[in-house]
Amino acid sequence: MARGHHDIGGLPGAGAIDQSEHQLSDWEILADAVNQALGARGIKRTDEMRRAREEMDSETYRDMTYYERWIASIETILIEKKILTKDEIDRRLGEFEKEWGEP
Amino acid sequence: MNSQAGKFKPGDRVTVKLEDRPGHIRTPWYIRGKTGWIERVYGDFLNPESLAYGRDGLPKRTLYLVAFNQADVWGRTAGPTDKVLVDIYEHWLDRTQ
Amino acid sequence: MSDTPADAHGHEHPKHELSHYAKRIYAIRDLLVEKGVLTEKDIQCQVEYQEARAPANGSKLVAHAWVDSAFKARLIADPKAACAEMGIDAAAVNEFMVLENTEKVRHMVVCTLCSCYPRPILGRPPDWYKSFNYRQRAVVDPRGVMREFGLDLPDDVEVRVHDSTADIRYLVLPLRPKGTESHSEADLAKLVTRDSMIGVTDALPAIPE
Repeated sequence: MARGHHDIGGLPGAGAIDQSEHQLSDWEILADAVNQALGARGIKRTDEMRRAREEMDSETYRDMTYYERWIASIETILIEKKILTKDEIDRRLGEFEKEWGEP
Repeated sequence: MNSQAGKFKPGDRVTVKLEDRPGHIRTPWYIRGKTGWIERVYGDFLNPESLAYGRDGLPKRTLYLVAFNQADVWGRTAGPTDKVLVDIYEHWLDRTQ
Repeated sequence: MSDTPADAHGHEHPKHELSHYAKRIYAIRDLLVEKGVLTEKDIQCQVEYQEARAPANGSKLVAHAWVDSAFKARLIADPKAACAEMGIDAAAVNEFMVLENTEKVRHMVVCTLCSCYPRPILGRPPDWYKSFNYRQRAVVDPRGVMREFGLDLPDDVEVRVHDSTADIRYLVLPLRPKGTESHSEADLAKLVTRDSMIGVTDALPAIPE
Protein backbone atom coordinates (compact mmCIF):
# COMPACT_ATOMS: atom_id res chain seq x y z
CA MET A 1 0.00 0.00 0.00
CA ALA A 2 1.14 3.53 -0.56
CA ARG A 3 -0.02 7.08 -0.34
CA GLY A 4 -2.80 7.74 -2.84
CA HIS A 5 -1.90 10.03 -5.76
CA HIS A 6 -4.58 12.47 -4.58
CA ASP A 7 -3.21 12.58 -1.01
CA ILE A 8 -0.72 15.38 -1.62
CA GLY A 9 -0.80 17.65 1.43
CA GLY A 10 2.77 18.53 2.40
CA LEU A 11 4.49 16.91 -0.57
CA PRO A 12 7.62 18.84 -1.51
CA GLY A 13 8.40 20.36 -4.89
CA ALA A 14 5.30 22.50 -5.30
CA GLY A 15 5.98 25.83 -6.97
CA ALA A 16 4.31 29.22 -7.02
CA ILE A 17 0.55 29.26 -7.21
CA ASP A 18 -0.82 30.26 -10.59
CA GLN A 19 -3.53 32.76 -9.71
CA SER A 20 -4.92 33.09 -13.23
CA GLU A 21 -8.51 31.99 -13.70
CA HIS A 22 -10.26 30.74 -16.77
CA GLN A 23 -13.84 31.23 -17.76
CA LEU A 24 -15.50 27.81 -17.80
CA SER A 25 -16.14 26.22 -21.16
CA ASP A 26 -19.57 24.90 -22.08
CA TRP A 27 -18.45 21.33 -21.53
CA GLU A 28 -17.13 22.15 -18.05
CA ILE A 29 -20.40 23.80 -17.05
CA LEU A 30 -22.21 20.75 -18.39
CA ALA A 31 -19.94 18.35 -16.47
CA ASP A 32 -20.55 20.31 -13.28
CA ALA A 33 -24.32 20.36 -13.83
CA VAL A 34 -24.58 16.65 -14.72
CA ASN A 35 -22.53 15.79 -11.61
CA GLN A 36 -24.74 17.92 -9.36
CA ALA A 37 -27.93 16.63 -11.00
CA LEU A 38 -26.90 12.99 -10.49
CA GLY A 39 -26.26 13.81 -6.83
CA ALA A 40 -29.58 15.62 -6.45
CA ARG A 41 -31.38 12.57 -7.88
CA GLY A 42 -29.60 10.32 -5.38
CA ILE A 43 -27.95 8.34 -8.17
CA LYS A 44 -24.44 8.77 -6.90
CA ARG A 45 -22.68 10.23 -3.89
CA THR A 46 -19.70 12.58 -3.83
CA ASP A 47 -17.79 9.90 -1.89
CA GLU A 48 -18.15 7.50 -4.85
CA MET A 49 -16.86 10.15 -7.26
CA ARG A 50 -13.84 10.81 -5.06
CA ARG A 51 -13.09 7.11 -4.83
CA ALA A 52 -13.33 6.76 -8.62
CA ARG A 53 -10.77 9.56 -9.05
CA GLU A 54 -8.47 7.98 -6.48
CA GLU A 55 -8.58 4.68 -8.35
CA MET A 56 -7.40 6.29 -11.57
CA ASP A 57 -3.91 5.73 -12.78
CA SER A 58 -1.55 8.33 -11.22
CA GLU A 59 -0.24 9.67 -14.50
CA THR A 60 -3.74 9.96 -15.90
CA TYR A 61 -4.83 11.79 -12.75
CA ARG A 62 -2.08 14.38 -13.05
CA ASP A 63 -2.42 14.82 -16.81
CA MET A 64 -6.16 15.40 -16.88
CA THR A 65 -7.71 18.74 -16.15
CA TYR A 66 -10.06 19.17 -13.21
CA TYR A 67 -13.32 18.67 -15.12
CA GLU A 68 -11.89 15.93 -17.29
CA ARG A 69 -11.32 14.00 -14.07
CA TRP A 70 -14.92 14.62 -13.08
CA ILE A 71 -16.17 13.33 -16.42
CA ALA A 72 -14.00 10.22 -16.16
CA SER A 73 -15.36 9.57 -12.64
CA ILE A 74 -18.96 10.15 -13.69
CA GLU A 75 -18.46 7.58 -16.43
CA THR A 76 -16.80 5.06 -14.09
CA ILE A 77 -19.60 5.32 -11.54
CA LEU A 78 -22.41 5.15 -14.12
CA ILE A 79 -20.85 2.03 -15.64
CA GLU A 80 -20.29 0.50 -12.20
CA LYS A 81 -23.95 1.06 -11.37
CA LYS A 82 -24.95 -0.44 -14.75
CA ILE A 83 -26.77 2.72 -15.74
CA LEU A 84 -24.73 3.11 -18.92
CA THR A 85 -22.19 0.93 -20.68
CA LYS A 86 -18.89 2.01 -22.19
CA ASP A 87 -20.05 0.72 -25.58
CA GLU A 88 -23.15 2.90 -25.52
CA ILE A 89 -21.10 5.97 -24.67
CA ASP A 90 -18.54 5.16 -27.35
CA ARG A 91 -21.30 4.69 -29.93
CA ARG A 92 -23.14 7.87 -29.07
CA LEU A 93 -19.87 9.80 -29.09
CA GLY A 94 -19.09 8.32 -32.50
CA GLU A 95 -22.42 9.59 -33.83
CA PHE A 96 -21.78 13.07 -32.43
CA GLU A 97 -18.27 13.17 -33.85
CA LYS A 98 -19.66 12.53 -37.34
CA GLU A 99 -22.00 15.49 -36.83
CA TRP A 100 -19.28 17.74 -35.49
CA GLY A 101 -16.81 17.03 -38.28
CA GLU A 102 -13.24 15.81 -38.15
CA PRO A 103 -10.63 17.59 -35.96
CA MET B 1 -24.14 21.38 14.98
CA ASN B 2 -24.64 18.92 17.80
CA SER B 3 -21.99 17.42 20.03
CA GLN B 4 -22.97 13.81 20.40
CA ALA B 5 -21.34 11.68 23.06
CA GLY B 6 -18.22 10.28 21.40
CA LYS B 7 -15.14 8.76 22.96
CA PHE B 8 -13.18 12.04 23.11
CA LYS B 9 -13.85 15.51 24.40
CA PRO B 10 -12.23 18.88 23.70
CA GLY B 11 -8.73 19.09 25.16
CA ASP B 12 -8.05 15.34 24.97
CA ARG B 13 -4.65 14.51 23.51
CA VAL B 14 -4.92 12.11 20.59
CA THR B 15 -2.61 10.49 18.09
CA VAL B 16 -3.69 9.70 14.54
CA LYS B 17 -3.21 6.01 13.77
CA LEU B 18 -0.10 5.30 11.77
CA GLU B 19 -1.81 2.84 9.49
CA ASP B 20 -2.16 2.21 5.84
CA ARG B 21 -5.57 0.90 4.89
CA PRO B 22 -6.93 0.16 1.43
CA GLY B 23 -10.00 1.94 0.13
CA HIS B 24 -11.27 5.48 0.30
CA ILE B 25 -9.62 7.16 3.29
CA ARG B 26 -10.17 10.78 4.34
CA THR B 27 -7.32 10.87 6.88
CA PRO B 28 -4.46 12.52 5.01
CA TRP B 29 -1.08 10.80 4.91
CA TYR B 30 0.80 13.78 6.37
CA ILE B 31 -1.15 13.66 9.64
CA ARG B 32 -0.91 9.93 10.31
CA GLY B 33 1.09 9.14 13.42
CA LYS B 34 0.96 12.76 14.59
CA THR B 35 -0.19 13.87 18.04
CA GLY B 36 -2.55 16.76 18.64
CA TRP B 37 -5.67 17.51 20.66
CA ILE B 38 -9.42 17.56 20.22
CA GLU B 39 -10.54 21.09 19.41
CA ARG B 40 -14.20 20.36 18.77
CA VAL B 41 -16.66 17.46 18.60
CA TYR B 42 -18.63 17.76 15.36
CA GLY B 43 -21.05 14.90 15.93
CA ASP B 44 -21.89 11.72 14.07
CA PHE B 45 -21.68 11.33 10.31
CA LEU B 46 -22.07 8.53 7.79
CA ASN B 47 -18.74 6.83 7.15
CA PRO B 48 -17.26 7.95 3.81
CA GLU B 49 -15.08 4.81 3.67
CA SER B 50 -18.29 2.80 3.20
CA LEU B 51 -20.29 5.36 1.18
CA ALA B 52 -17.55 5.45 -1.42
CA TYR B 53 -18.41 1.86 -2.42
CA GLY B 54 -22.16 2.38 -2.60
CA ARG B 55 -22.76 1.03 0.90
CA ASP B 56 -24.93 2.76 3.47
CA GLY B 57 -22.21 4.40 5.58
CA LEU B 58 -23.55 2.90 8.82
CA PRO B 59 -22.77 2.84 11.66
CA LYS B 60 -22.16 6.56 11.85
CA ARG B 61 -18.78 7.67 13.16
CA THR B 62 -18.02 10.62 15.42
CA LEU B 63 -16.11 13.37 13.62
CA TYR B 64 -13.67 15.65 15.44
CA LEU B 65 -11.80 18.83 14.69
CA VAL B 66 -8.26 17.89 15.73
CA ALA B 67 -5.57 20.56 16.13
CA PHE B 68 -1.84 20.05 15.76
CA ASN B 69 1.16 22.31 16.31
CA GLN B 70 2.83 22.85 12.94
CA ALA B 71 6.18 22.11 14.56
CA ASP B 72 4.90 18.67 15.66
CA VAL B 73 3.67 17.82 12.17
CA TRP B 74 6.60 19.01 10.04
CA GLY B 75 9.46 19.27 12.54
CA ARG B 76 9.73 22.95 11.72
CA THR B 77 7.48 25.95 11.44
CA ALA B 78 7.63 29.56 10.31
CA GLY B 79 5.33 30.91 13.03
CA PRO B 80 5.97 29.43 16.51
CA THR B 81 2.26 29.14 17.41
CA ASP B 82 1.00 28.09 13.95
CA LYS B 83 -1.41 25.17 13.79
CA VAL B 84 -2.93 22.79 11.29
CA LEU B 85 -6.45 21.52 11.95
CA VAL B 86 -7.95 18.44 10.33
CA ASP B 87 -11.42 16.87 10.47
CA ILE B 88 -10.79 13.27 11.59
CA TYR B 89 -13.12 10.35 12.37
CA GLU B 90 -12.93 8.64 15.75
CA HIS B 91 -11.77 5.28 14.41
CA TRP B 92 -8.55 6.95 13.23
CA LEU B 93 -7.66 8.33 16.69
CA ASP B 94 -6.01 6.83 19.75
CA ARG B 95 -6.01 8.45 23.16
CA THR B 96 -2.54 9.65 24.18
CA GLN B 97 -1.18 10.87 27.52
CA MET C 1 -29.44 16.64 -30.12
CA SER C 2 -26.29 18.32 -28.87
CA ASP C 3 -27.21 21.98 -28.45
CA THR C 4 -29.53 22.94 -25.62
CA PRO C 5 -29.82 26.01 -23.38
CA ALA C 6 -27.25 24.37 -21.09
CA ASP C 7 -24.66 24.87 -23.83
CA ALA C 8 -25.17 28.60 -24.02
CA HIS C 9 -23.50 29.82 -20.87
CA GLY C 10 -19.81 29.26 -21.17
CA HIS C 11 -16.87 29.74 -23.43
CA GLU C 12 -17.68 28.04 -26.73
CA HIS C 13 -15.19 25.74 -28.47
CA PRO C 14 -15.95 23.98 -31.72
CA LYS C 15 -16.84 20.54 -30.43
CA HIS C 16 -14.58 18.60 -32.74
CA GLU C 17 -11.59 20.39 -31.14
CA LEU C 18 -12.41 19.27 -27.63
CA SER C 19 -10.37 16.67 -25.76
CA HIS C 20 -11.61 13.10 -25.51
CA TYR C 21 -13.23 13.43 -22.11
CA ALA C 22 -14.61 16.86 -22.84
CA LYS C 23 -16.49 15.37 -25.80
CA ARG C 24 -17.64 12.41 -23.79
CA ILE C 25 -19.80 14.43 -21.43
CA TYR C 26 -22.08 15.32 -24.35
CA ALA C 27 -22.62 11.64 -25.11
CA ILE C 28 -23.13 10.84 -21.44
CA ARG C 29 -25.66 13.65 -21.01
CA ASP C 30 -27.56 12.62 -24.12
CA LEU C 31 -27.81 8.99 -22.98
CA LEU C 32 -28.85 9.91 -19.43
CA VAL C 33 -31.70 12.07 -20.72
CA GLU C 34 -32.73 9.49 -23.32
CA LYS C 35 -32.93 6.79 -20.66
CA GLY C 36 -34.85 9.04 -18.27
CA VAL C 37 -32.12 8.98 -15.63
CA LEU C 38 -32.03 12.78 -15.71
CA THR C 39 -34.19 15.38 -17.40
CA GLU C 40 -32.96 18.43 -19.31
CA LYS C 41 -34.69 20.47 -16.63
CA ASP C 42 -32.60 18.75 -13.90
CA ILE C 43 -29.46 19.85 -15.72
CA GLN C 44 -30.69 23.36 -16.47
CA CYS C 45 -31.70 23.84 -12.83
CA GLN C 46 -28.19 22.97 -11.73
CA VAL C 47 -26.66 25.39 -14.25
CA GLU C 48 -28.88 28.18 -12.92
CA TYR C 49 -28.35 27.24 -9.26
CA GLN C 50 -24.59 27.40 -9.76
CA GLU C 51 -24.78 30.76 -11.54
CA ALA C 52 -26.64 32.23 -8.56
CA ARG C 53 -23.86 31.26 -6.20
CA ALA C 54 -21.12 33.83 -6.02
CA PRO C 55 -18.70 35.38 -3.53
CA ALA C 56 -21.05 38.38 -3.22
CA ASN C 57 -23.19 36.20 -0.95
CA GLY C 58 -20.30 35.70 1.42
CA SER C 59 -19.33 39.38 1.25
CA LYS C 60 -22.86 40.34 2.32
CA LEU C 61 -22.65 38.03 5.34
CA VAL C 62 -19.28 39.36 6.39
CA ALA C 63 -20.20 43.03 5.98
CA HIS C 64 -23.35 42.52 8.02
CA ALA C 65 -21.36 40.72 10.72
CA TRP C 66 -18.94 43.64 10.84
CA VAL C 67 -21.67 46.19 11.51
CA ASP C 68 -23.94 44.07 13.73
CA SER C 69 -22.17 42.22 16.55
CA ALA C 70 -25.31 40.29 17.55
CA PHE C 71 -25.57 39.01 13.98
CA LYS C 72 -21.89 38.12 14.04
CA ALA C 73 -22.48 36.03 17.17
CA ARG C 74 -25.41 34.28 15.45
CA LEU C 75 -23.31 33.72 12.31
CA ILE C 76 -20.61 32.01 14.32
CA ALA C 77 -23.03 29.98 16.44
CA ASP C 78 -25.30 28.79 13.59
CA PRO C 79 -24.05 29.81 10.16
CA LYS C 80 -26.86 28.17 8.17
CA ALA C 81 -29.55 30.00 10.17
CA ALA C 82 -27.68 33.29 9.82
CA CYS C 83 -27.48 32.75 6.04
CA ALA C 84 -31.22 32.13 5.93
CA GLU C 85 -31.76 35.45 7.79
CA MET C 86 -29.91 37.20 4.94
CA GLY C 87 -31.83 35.32 2.26
CA ILE C 88 -28.83 33.18 1.31
CA ASP C 89 -29.69 29.57 0.61
CA ALA C 90 -27.06 27.49 2.41
CA ALA C 91 -29.30 24.43 2.72
CA ALA C 92 -27.03 22.37 0.47
CA VAL C 93 -24.10 22.57 2.87
CA ASN C 94 -23.99 19.56 5.19
CA GLU C 95 -22.33 21.49 7.99
CA PHE C 96 -20.67 24.83 7.93
CA MET C 97 -18.26 26.67 10.22
CA VAL C 98 -17.26 30.31 10.28
CA LEU C 99 -13.65 30.99 11.31
CA GLU C 100 -13.23 34.47 12.75
CA ASN C 101 -9.94 36.26 12.08
CA THR C 102 -8.56 38.63 14.70
CA GLU C 103 -5.46 40.82 15.03
CA LYS C 104 -3.65 37.84 16.52
CA VAL C 105 -5.18 34.91 14.57
CA ARG C 106 -5.60 34.24 10.85
CA HIS C 107 -7.31 31.21 9.33
CA MET C 108 -6.74 29.62 5.94
CA VAL C 109 -8.77 26.83 4.30
CA VAL C 110 -7.66 24.08 1.93
CA CYS C 111 -8.84 20.65 0.83
CA THR C 112 -5.61 18.71 0.32
CA LEU C 113 -7.43 15.55 -0.81
CA CYS C 114 -9.65 17.08 -3.49
CA SER C 115 -11.35 20.52 -3.67
CA CYS C 116 -14.03 20.74 -0.97
CA TYR C 117 -15.23 24.31 -0.78
CA PRO C 118 -18.33 26.15 0.55
CA ARG C 119 -19.93 26.23 -2.91
CA PRO C 120 -23.48 27.03 -1.77
CA ILE C 121 -22.18 30.28 -0.24
CA LEU C 122 -19.29 31.25 -2.50
CA GLY C 123 -19.99 29.46 -5.79
CA ARG C 124 -17.29 27.52 -7.59
CA PRO C 125 -13.75 27.57 -6.19
CA PRO C 126 -11.05 29.44 -8.12
CA ASP C 127 -8.68 27.36 -10.26
CA TRP C 128 -5.79 28.01 -7.89
CA TYR C 129 -7.68 26.54 -4.91
CA LYS C 130 -8.00 23.25 -6.84
CA SER C 131 -4.39 23.29 -8.04
CA PHE C 132 -1.80 20.73 -6.94
CA ASN C 133 0.54 23.51 -5.78
CA TYR C 134 -2.01 25.00 -3.38
CA ARG C 135 -3.15 21.62 -2.09
CA GLN C 136 0.47 20.57 -1.45
CA ARG C 137 1.73 23.82 0.10
CA ALA C 138 -1.17 25.23 2.12
CA VAL C 139 -0.75 22.88 5.08
CA VAL C 140 3.06 23.05 5.27
CA ASP C 141 3.77 26.63 4.10
CA PRO C 142 0.67 28.76 4.70
CA ARG C 143 2.71 31.92 5.30
CA GLY C 144 4.51 31.43 1.99
CA VAL C 145 1.16 31.05 0.25
CA MET C 146 -0.22 34.14 1.97
CA ARG C 147 2.85 36.15 0.90
CA GLU C 148 2.11 35.22 -2.72
CA PHE C 149 -1.34 36.70 -2.22
CA GLY C 150 0.12 39.84 -0.65
CA LEU C 151 -0.24 39.07 3.06
CA ASP C 152 2.93 39.05 5.17
CA LEU C 153 2.26 38.24 8.82
CA PRO C 154 4.58 38.73 11.81
CA ASP C 155 5.52 35.72 13.97
CA ASP C 156 3.30 36.78 16.84
CA VAL C 157 0.17 36.19 14.72
CA GLU C 158 -1.07 32.61 14.86
CA VAL C 159 -1.88 31.01 11.50
CA ARG C 160 -4.44 28.20 11.63
CA VAL C 161 -4.81 26.13 8.46
CA HIS C 162 -7.94 24.00 8.16
CA ASP C 163 -7.81 20.95 5.90
CA SER C 164 -11.48 20.25 5.13
CA THR C 165 -11.37 16.48 4.83
CA ALA C 166 -14.95 15.66 5.80
CA ASP C 167 -18.45 17.16 5.56
CA ILE C 168 -17.69 20.45 7.30
CA ARG C 169 -17.28 23.47 4.99
CA TYR C 170 -15.34 26.48 6.21
CA LEU C 171 -15.76 30.19 5.61
CA VAL C 172 -13.23 32.68 6.93
CA LEU C 173 -14.63 35.85 8.50
CA PRO C 174 -11.88 38.35 7.67
CA LEU C 175 -10.82 41.15 9.97
CA ARG C 176 -12.62 44.47 9.41
CA PRO C 177 -10.06 46.88 7.96
CA LYS C 178 -9.06 49.87 10.08
CA GLY C 179 -10.53 53.26 9.23
CA THR C 180 -13.83 51.88 7.90
CA GLU C 181 -16.03 53.01 10.78
CA SER C 182 -18.13 55.31 8.61
CA HIS C 183 -18.43 52.97 5.60
CA SER C 184 -21.90 51.82 4.61
CA GLU C 185 -22.59 48.10 4.72
CA ALA C 186 -22.69 48.00 0.91
CA ASP C 187 -19.25 49.64 0.75
CA LEU C 188 -17.90 47.27 3.38
CA ALA C 189 -19.05 44.31 1.28
CA LYS C 190 -16.84 45.59 -1.58
CA LEU C 191 -13.79 45.12 0.64
CA VAL C 192 -14.59 41.45 1.27
CA THR C 193 -12.96 39.52 -1.53
CA ARG C 194 -13.44 35.83 -2.22
CA ASP C 195 -9.77 35.23 -1.40
CA SER C 196 -10.19 36.85 2.03
CA MET C 197 -13.02 34.37 2.78
CA ILE C 198 -10.70 31.47 1.89
CA GLY C 199 -8.10 33.12 4.11
CA VAL C 200 -5.10 33.53 1.81
CA THR C 201 -5.35 37.27 2.24
CA ASP C 202 -7.04 39.90 4.38
CA ALA C 203 -9.98 42.03 3.22
CA LEU C 204 -9.11 44.99 1.01
CA PRO C 205 -8.03 48.07 2.95
CA ALA C 206 -9.90 50.45 0.61
CA ILE C 207 -12.58 50.22 -2.05
CA PRO C 208 -11.03 49.30 -5.41
CA GLU C 209 -11.17 51.97 -8.16
